[in-house]
Amino acid sequence: MIVSVASGKGGTGKTLVATSLAISLIDKYKVQLLDCDVEEPNANVLLHLTVNQSQAVHIPIPKVDEAKCTYCGKCAEVCAYNAIAVIKEKVLVFPELCHGCGLCSYLCPESAITEEGREVGVVERGDSGNLELIQGKLNIGEAMAPPVIREVKKQIDRASMVIIDVPPGTSCPVIEAVKGSDFCLLVTEPTPFGLNDLTLAVEVAKELDIPCGVVINRDGVGDDKVDRYCQEQGIPVLLKIPLDRRIASLYSQGISLVDGMPRWREEFLRLFEDIKGMVATSRLAK
Amino acid sequence: MKEIVVLSGKGGTGKTSIVACFASLARSKVLADCDVDAADLHLLLKPKVKEEKEFWSGQVASIDEDKCTECGLCQELCRFGAVNDFKVDAVSCEGCGFCYQVCPVDAITMKDSMSGYSFISKTKYGYLCDARLGIAQENSGKLVALVRQNAKLIAERENLDYIITDGPPGIGCPVISSLSGANLALLVTEPTLSGIHDLERVIGVCRHFGVPVLVCVNKYDLNEDNTNRIESYCGTEGIEVAARISFDNAMTEAIVQGLPVVEYTDGKVTQQIKELWQMVSAKLEE
Repeated sequence: MIVSVASGKGGTGKTLVATSLAISLIDKYKVQLLDCDVEEPNANVLLHLTVNQSQAVHIPIPKVDEAKCTYCGKCAEVCAYNAIAVIKEKVLVFPELCHGCGLCSYLCPESAITEEGREVGVVERGDSGNLELIQGKLNIGEAMAPPVIREVKKQIDRASMVIIDVPPGTSCPVIEAVKGSDFCLLVTEPTPFGLNDLTLAVEVAKELDIPCGVVINRDGVGDDKVDRYCQEQGIPVLLKIPLDRRIASLYSQGISLVDGMPRWREEFLRLFEDIKGMVATSRLAK
Repeated sequence: MKEIVVLSGKGGTGKTSIVACFASLARSKVLADCDVDAADLHLLLKPKVKEEKEFWSGQVASIDEDKCTECGLCQELCRFGAVNDFKVDAVSCEGCGFCYQVCPVDAITMKDSMSGYSFISKTKYGYLCDARLGIAQENSGKLVALVRQNAKLIAERENLDYIITDGPPGIGCPVISSLSGANLALLVTEPTLSGIHDLERVIGVCRHFGVPVLVCVNKYDLNEDNTNRIESYCGTEGIEVAARISFDNAMTEAIVQGLPVVEYTDGKVTQQIKELWQMVSAKLEE
């Protein structure tokens, strides 16, 4: 089963929930936690695993053999990203704009274009007992997160319980991280910001046709509009974590909630049973 | 005219709350919300929309079933896994046009995609430029560029002193698009290990694009050891820490009331944010 933990808004507690859920499950299951927030991966700040494998992520970019090139301009004409330009007798490649689709190299009439890898990030792995962490890291200055997320997700082991820590937002990196999940857990906070961004995250889950449930973090500080919204939409609120300075303080020190306050383990195990039930129901319905 | 962008790496550190305060404190400015995935500034500034424009960007492939001979070439060549069973998955399609270019029976067309909306609004604090990216859409970087362009035109036309930009979380495409060419980046962090980790990465991005930075530690008394760590790290990197802001529920209460916190309370946080704005505006004059 694959459970993704998403939110729309940043800083609502995705990583707190993902890591505590993962740790709670290791007595019963093999667990894989995929940190797909490759711009700012933080799961290991709370897990403290030793990273013992690291592999660079490359995207293929065009390399032009000027000896063969006739400057016909076909490559520049077909490139959707303006990543290659032909100016008189010169071909310019703009690596940051290239998505690595391979069209230019395929269509070049002189076969003058080959591809070379450009590193955009790394995928790292670490484990301890039943817990395996795969984390992606986008290189500083790189714009495109999806290729790194795709590489992280290639490591999915279907025999494990897979938990995905998703980046904030609603655009392509979020979609790349969430798609293929059996369930999407949406973490929010009871404020107008939390509610606004939750409604967007619910749209993402709907778009991808993935069942979802909500975790309300910092409960008790804002208002009850998130609860009311969930009720109206028929989205179950599966867990509430109170606003508690001790919880915030544990997080600040890099201590996961279930390690710092072990009584929460039961809550996360119950959460997981609820998710399993909802996934089974949704499979039957399909 | 000076442009300041507020960033953080990690989400939920208080970017939007601080930008709303700057809206209240600064004279002669235009506001820009570049978190086009999950824009929240409008919830505090209560804008009246003056101009709403569709944002068309990128293309998506579409297969005409009647013409398709199911030869499978498109499926084989697509590197984004967007063609399955001779249908295009619009969410996975990156619009490269590879399938369209090679289809032997011309069964594929490329359609422009409507990726969201941009808005120019009036608020009691002045103009606000923001946007809403469609769910699961790409090109957030281009929409961010459009929001900045709108803000710049207004600032020039009205002869305003500042463009104050609420940036997105992370370090990828929309952040780079918000940042490049700005006069100053204010990095809002929090004294958690994740906050520190993410701050270091976003500092890296600012350096990469040559934008000067100022740091502000929000919720500083949540963990004063970590606050000291941030300040000493910034010290060794030659980065100025402009302010410490207290951990105070008034920040959240103000969001619930839909107000910048400086208009909600006269308490300590308000004094701290006023001093922060003085530091920021002085830095922009340098």
